[in-house]
Amino acid sequence: MKHIVKIFSLVVAITALWIGLLQSSVIPRSHTCLLPGYFVVSLGCYGLLMVGVGLMNFPTCPQEALLLQEDIVEAKEYLKQRGVDGSSS
Amino acid sequence: MDAQNKNQANKYSIIVPTYNERLNIGLIVYLIFKHLKDVDFEVIVVDDGSPDGTQDTVIQLQKVYGEDRILLRPRPKKLGLGTAYIHGMKHASGNFVVIMDADLSHHPKYLPKFISKQMETRADIVTGTRYVKGGGVHGWNLMRKLTSRGANVLAQTFLWPGVSDLTGSFRLYRKSVLEDIISCCVSKGYVFQMEMIVRASRKGYHIEEVPITFVDRVFGSSKLGGSEIVEYLKGLAYLLVTT
Repeated sequence: MKHIVKIFSLVVAITALWIGLLQSSVIPRSHTCLLPGYFVVSLGCYGLLMVGVGLMNFPTCPQEALLLQEDIVEAKEYLKQRGVDGSSS
Repeated sequence: MDAQNKNQANKYSIIVPTYNERLNIGLIVYLIFKHLKDVDFEVIVVDDGSPDGTQDTVIQLQKVYGEDRILLRPRPKKLGLGTAYIHGMKHASGNFVVIMDADLSHHPKYLPKFISKQMETRADIVTGTRYVKGGGVHGWNLMRKLTSRGANVLAQTFLWPGVSDLTGSFRLYRKSVLEDIISCCVSKGYVFQMEMIVRASRKGYHIEEVPITFVDRVFGSSKLGGSEIVEYLKGLAYLLVTT
């Protein structure tokens, strides 16, 4: 099934739960009405948190740039000896 | 099991689309040959009519490494990445296809890791990921990292793709699998890479990941402006609805 259908079903299930809560009055109405708002805001906060955490832990590899430079020198040497001209004219 | 333990049973066709990579194509071919010493492979250069003489350099490389190891299959002009892969595959004699960039952001030293990962897990696709421990990126400023991370969180939240790096284009595919997915992908640019891996995931193909390092040498000119962001969001919405 298409992914959007999965997401839609999830949304429908959550909405049904919310309507159930509204009707059964387990939680006072005023609170229940605000639940969707809380949900969206917490989803947004979670997203921002994931972005922040990911940014802090963003894997970097400065040593790779140096290794690459060494590889390039090695490669250029080899190719030059074999008559492959890759240098800018 | 014997055939799996030796590389001879498998042949790897490495498709490298190029456009104005006269300086880099020799370097990347050298590194591929250096790191794949006991592997049966071929390099297929799909050049889109580069005006800088890339094809001449490839011909010189053919003299060094052999025309059976380096295939030059050019096209008249820039015709897009997806069609470059399709074009390359038509000439591929391997049962596995590797796609990688020619600008050395993808380092051939990871090729043995891709191959052994596939053999260990019998995966259909092995994709390089820059975003896990052991992988990494060099050459990105804070803004670039922020947009990349934001894009990734959005994609993970809404698409549940099953891979950590959606836009990466350093991948090993079983040839039959690549043929299958590429026929249903219609996007362009990096959204195309996203579409490929998401469709593969939806179709239930076995996908494994290998951490790779990515050295962005195009300092400063790989701008991520407003239009790219809009294109990305459109691509995400498209994938949400059609996969």
